[in-house]
Amino acid sequence: MEARDAIGASRATGAGIRPPRSLQAPSGRYGERAVEGLLALCAVLSIVTTTAIVISLLEPSIEFFREVPIRDFLFGTDWAPTFTPAEFGVLPIVLATMVTTFWGLLVAIPLGIGAAIYLSEYASPRVRKIVKPTLEVLAGVPTVAIGFFALFFLRPLLEDLLPFLPWSGPQAAGVAGLAVGLMIVPIIASLSEDAMSAVPMGLREAGYGLGATRMRVATRIVFPAALSGIVASIVLATSRAVGETMIVLLAAGASPNLTVGFTESVQTMTAFIGQTATGDIATGTITYYTIFAVGLLLFLMTLILNMISIRLVRRFHEAYE
Amino acid sequence: MAALGPRAERTRLAAAGARSATEAAMLSGQPLKDVIKGRVFLALLLAALGLALLGLAALVIDAVIDGRSMLSLDLLTNSASRISPETAGYANAIYGTILLIAGVLVMTVPIGVGSAIYLEEYADRTKWWNRAIELNVQNLAAVPSIVYGILGLAFIVRGPLDLGFILFAGSITLSLLVLPTVIIAAREAIRAVPPSIREGSFALGATRLQTVRRQILPAAIPGIATGVILAVSRAAGETAPLLLVGAATFVTFDPTVFGDNGYTALPVMIFNNAKQAQPEFHVLAAAGIVVMLVVILVMNSFAIWLRNRYEQKW
Repeated sequence: MEARDAIGASRATGAGIRPPRSLQAPSGRYGERAVEGLLALCAVLSIVTTTAIVISLLEPSIEFFREVPIRDFLFGTDWAPTFTPAEFGVLPIVLATMVTTFWGLLVAIPLGIGAAIYLSEYASPRVRKIVKPTLEVLAGVPTVAIGFFALFFLRPLLEDLLPFLPWSGPQAAGVAGLAVGLMIVPIIASLSEDAMSAVPMGLREAGYGLGATRMRVATRIVFPAALSGIVASIVLATSRAVGETMIVLLAAGASPNLTVGFTESVQTMTAFIGQTATGDIATGTITYYTIFAVGLLLFLMTLILNMISIRLVRRFHEAYE
Repeated sequence: MAALGPRAERTRLAAAGARSATEAAMLSGQPLKDVIKGRVFLALLLAALGLALLGLAALVIDAVIDGRSMLSLDLLTNSASRISPETAGYANAIYGTILLIAGVLVMTVPIGVGSAIYLEEYADRTKWWNRAIELNVQNLAAVPSIVYGILGLAFIVRGPLDLGFILFAGSITLSLLVLPTVIIAAREAIRAVPPSIREGSFALGATRLQTVRRQILPAAIPGIATGVILAVSRAAGETAPLLLVGAATFVTFDPTVFGDNGYTALPVMIFNNAKQAQPEFHVLAAAGIVVMLVVILVMNSFAIWLRNRYEQKW
């Protein structure tokens, strides 16, 4: 009643407008703020993870480089960290990583892009609706299964098909590389298909309007328009291939040879880490630090590749979205 | 002529060009050369797709053929054995994987969804630190799994957390590994909820938290579930980081979460068997692969079905 009286009074006196109602929340909303803080904490955890990765790689690596000059590490051609006298030239295992990645990309780029062009430009919606999810499901095949397949199926098969190659021993860099290729095909196919599907219909229609064939539209219009997305998928797949462990551990072997041979057994960077860390090694020995030095190099290589891929994807999104 | 000007001249030329192009097309159709080129191209594309699918199908079929003599329920209930591969099974390893995955679920779902909500609903994207978090998550998603193993070894097993080689340390390592995947999937699911839903909720006086809880999360749940299942299936098949954080030991009993007498997981056991010299162990490894593939492929298929089924068009 009092309030109504007050309004009546103000009307009566002609003072006009009632005092503006406060738009502030009735309470301090501390719960809201607490939840926001909690959520921000979750997000910050990812920064903590990265920092922890960098610290856990750097600290032992510094110890390592106190004993092994960085030049000897990067440019040495002998890798025998567990022998006496130990040799710490990283080139053989870096080269091995490059060789397996090379064979992997040689298989995966044509297969992946071919599959992507078919799915995006030729396949009927029904076919695409079945094949694309199948590829996505197959992208989840554990790499230890692919490694097993390479060692016990691909290796004998290739020896039967190509008996003139100098096969020796159960492991071969090339076979591991081909298996790595099998692993990354779904990545390239799926991401490239996404990139090509995002190319606006208008560009294709303009092409057909000018009398271009389907193949020309696919190769001269859609492919170049989606190129940055396609390259990004290849770069990401390269990063995966470089960091892949189980396939090369099973199928490429554990002998750090400085070689580019298809049939030779080699040890990649990841295989070295996996092999060495599995054994019982004492903390604080030079062998223990070696794991981290190689890990640091691996991390930097994949980091550069990932940054390139992220940049390319971003540029592609700016162009069409 | 000058009175007509350049515009009329251009129109006339365009009309003539169009007419001749149309006539040429009507008269000749598609040249045979182009037809053949198109067919060959299509055949190559189909070959590429076929080879990719064939390779992956061969992998599955080869595992079934190699492991068929061991495929029975005993495989799931028998303990591991170094001496008699014929009666060995994966009971302990499967149990270890279940415990590992339970830990991954408990840790990644709240943290992953929380991060995604923060980045999509709260973070001010003009601030550099929020952009840094985004970029960081994208980067973490592509860090090789073995590097997470190194992190686990240096930070969780030893170093600051100093848990020792226990199953829980493996669980944390796998959680950190798949967390970026969960965050990215959850963000995409949240982003797919149209702004009008948010605005409507705000207009009715809901607070931000109420909007998130009652509007956005329910709408985003299928997408988030897909991301979580894919992440879990990845964690279930991951071997390399576990080798570094202690799962490499040979275990013939059911592991516990905090027990320090060793643990193992299904993919690690498969790897150990594949490395043995006797061929009987390879059969055992192949049979284990079949078990692992069935579980993982079923999980992935379900996740992708879920996404396609509940993909809402707003």
